[in-house]
Amino acid sequence: MENPLLAFTDKGIYCEQAGVYLDPWKPVDKAIISHGHADHSRWGHGRYITHERNVPIIEHRLGNIHSTGVSWGESFTVNGVRFSLHPAGHIPGSSQIRVEYKGEVWVFSGDYKTGDDGLSTPYEPVRCHAFITECTFGLPAFKWRPQEEVFRDINEWWAENRSEGKTSILFGYSLGKAQRLLKHLDTSIGKVYTHAAIENMNEVIRTFLPLPETSRITKETQRDELRGHLVLAPPSAHGSPWLRKMVPYETATASGWMAFRGARRRRAVDRGFVLSDHCDWAGLLESIEATGATRVICTHGYSDIFSRFLREKGLDARTEETQYEGELAEMNSTEGAEIT
Amino acid sequence: MKDFAQLIRKLDSTNKTSVKVKALASYFNLASDRDKVWTIAILSHRRPSRPVNTTLLRQWASEVAGVPHWLFEESYHIVGDLAETIALVVSGKKEIDKPLAQVLDELIPLKKRSEEEKKNYVVEHWLGFSFYERFVFTKLITGGFRIGISQKLMTRSLSLATGIDEDILAYKLMGDWDPNTISFQELVLEKNKTDLLSKPYPFYLAYALEDEPENLGDPSEWLAEHKWDGIRSQVIFRNDEVFVWSRGEELVTDKYPEFSLLLEHIPNGTVIDGEILPYPKNSIGTFNDLQKRIGRKTVSKALLKKIPVILMAYDLLEWEGVDLREQPFEERRKKLEVLAEPLVPDSSIPLYLSGTMGFEHWSDFAAERDRAREKKSEGLMLKRKDSPYRVGRKKGDWWKWKVDPLTIDAVLTYAMRGHGRRSNLFTDYTFGLWNTTEDGERELVTFAKAYSGLTDAEFRKVDAWIKKNTLERFGPVRSVTPYHVFEIAFEGLAPSGRHKSGVATRFPRILRWRTDKSIEEANTLDDLKKLIP
Repeated sequence: MENPLLAFTDKGIYCEQAGVYLDPWKPVDKAIISHGHADHSRWGHGRYITHERNVPIIEHRLGNIHSTGVSWGESFTVNGVRFSLHPAGHIPGSSQIRVEYKGEVWVFSGDYKTGDDGLSTPYEPVRCHAFITECTFGLPAFKWRPQEEVFRDINEWWAENRSEGKTSILFGYSLGKAQRLLKHLDTSIGKVYTHAAIENMNEVIRTFLPLPETSRITKETQRDELRGHLVLAPPSAHGSPWLRKMVPYETATASGWMAFRGARRRRAVDRGFVLSDHCDWAGLLESIEATGATRVICTHGYSDIFSRFLREKGLDARTEETQYEGELAEMNSTEGAEIT
Repeated sequence: MKDFAQLIRKLDSTNKTSVKVKALASYFNLASDRDKVWTIAILSHRRPSRPVNTTLLRQWASEVAGVPHWLFEESYHIVGDLAETIALVVSGKKEIDKPLAQVLDELIPLKKRSEEEKKNYVVEHWLGFSFYERFVFTKLITGGFRIGISQKLMTRSLSLATGIDEDILAYKLMGDWDPNTISFQELVLEKNKTDLLSKPYPFYLAYALEDEPENLGDPSEWLAEHKWDGIRSQVIFRNDEVFVWSRGEELVTDKYPEFSLLLEHIPNGTVIDGEILPYPKNSIGTFNDLQKRIGRKTVSKALLKKIPVILMAYDLLEWEGVDLREQPFEERRKKLEVLAEPLVPDSSIPLYLSGTMGFEHWSDFAAERDRAREKKSEGLMLKRKDSPYRVGRKKGDWWKWKVDPLTIDAVLTYAMRGHGRRSNLFTDYTFGLWNTTEDGERELVTFAKAYSGLTDAEFRKVDAWIKKNTLERFGPVRSVTPYHVFEIAFEGLAPSGRHKSGVATRFPRILRWRTDKSIEEANTLDDLKKLIP
């Protein structure tokens, strides 16, 4: 196969015919961006084309950039190549990128999940010949429960902590996970307080989506006023002196990795809730089937294992190295900057 | 089973000791007596022998989950725990509700059933249990319930639930009892135990000395003895029988037939605390020698002759049927000496006395410690003269003061995913040292594996580096670009024909990450060989 429509280069996924990169990891002239997490929308590109809901998010993160917003399904053509964005269900504004040239269709999934989280526009399968898919949780060991059950557990945990006079600290990414948690917390139990990193992102999201009321934690916030309530914090706050104000407290993390007992113990949180913004095993398989693609390229996650399984099922599947990190980044961001 | 699985989930989902003890105590308050006995048995590693081997379990699990066998194996490597992997990949519904004791009653006779019957039983329960029940059920089959509950924690919770003193409970739960036949009344509640015959006392264990010995105060209040490197044991003489217990609470009498000789010389009602040591050619051997004995259930005459063992006596816990543990160490030692001294000169009797030493200055203790390697010990034990023989690991009266380990700088060459809390992180490392081949080429030769010694933060850094610098993948193992140097510590080393490097190291672990060193500055295999005593 000479000149594939999308090629993997050292700068990112490249459409040579259009001169456009998808989620590049090195600075380029023109980039189409799937969503606002930092491993997909990096600093330094000349132009950013992304979903209109993602524009305020990346402008908040990256400052003054040259960005253009498009809506779901709206197509635009560059040198004969037709591009369009379709909901990926990962976080608000997250898109799959469809690329069509001379009747050949490729889709780059970005990060995605098949379940409706009640916040992000739900994932829609897009028919294509070649599908570039993440496989962060591409192992049969990952099976998500319906989110209603998980949120019931989270709310019960909060209510129990409250009855013991403790503050509940729930860790989740400041973009996406935090708002999803917020949306489903039972605010009849108590108030939701937020870490500044999360509250700043809430303000951005509120410009286009309604979110429940929150209170920002500041230097003036008193310990007694927090007691029994819930604090949403980014994973990087875990183990930091910032938590001192919340004593006595219980901690929990909401992440797909919490499916593993070892991961929860490594994070040293009191509770782990299995809640992910990525597909589980069945979700990946279903969505690949729904695309009708015969060629599948697996990027970040358990890509070697997953692509081998797809090959055994008769698909033309392979692995490509990228610099996307999926939810792994979340697990390791206890120190340093929060990556996603 | 539901309540027990719920308990395991609670114990599993907290790192706080107080929460664990509370959860366990409230379980002990509510569970049936038979379930309690089994819970105590399981948490003190008295599980029934494995009714089904793990090869079959893996095969059935991949079948039931509808995934190819290789994919199940890959998942297992990543999850790091077989029972957890099975619980994750197999889906079930909550349909079966039966008590823990009943599950065990059914599991034990399963061992003798046909493969088909085994499969039907196991699969039916996998499919009929919820996630945690399935996990716990599979753990009951595979064994090894490592969920951060020590015997000590379990005893403390039981004490909280029953009001019985912790030390007394620890003693009651020692030794050889069968959860199949014993009742909760007999095991825990009854005051007069009828069958104390073989029961060992809980071992008193020491912590490592953290500060300088000067902080222990007046040297005249202390005795030192060498810390021998064998198997810590209790040898019990009662009713004209001898019982040998290892520190892991395993009855190992049959493995060390030498000690039946002692019956002629030591009266009933005697319990000695000591160290089983290999004694080839009438001198203390290496731990490698002892390993040849540890693995054998029955010992051949040839091996008995080649590597005989002796008991190096430390302490006397019972004399004339009286429990001496509350007496001062010095007093117990005097009685031990009266007992042992006449026997030691006779080389046909496998009993030796670990010598105690008192010094005027801490510097003299330190000088004795420096002689540890030449005496074939691991360092010194410091014991307060007036110390009682306590239960379990306690700080204060006894300290172990090991010699500084041998160290060498080696290059990280391979990495494997860890287990348990480190699954999914590359934390098990292989290290190489430089060797010059006949053609004059420098190559790295593997000399040791180590998986402890770095902080979690360091492990995360090394893990991230490994993921970006992988050369080749072999299942769960990756070879990496030689780049990082680590200082590796170990307790000793001996020539070995089984190791590629020709050297076996004892208890290797990572001491430091030498970010200041390049791989060219790492040590050579010859440097290592020079350390062989």
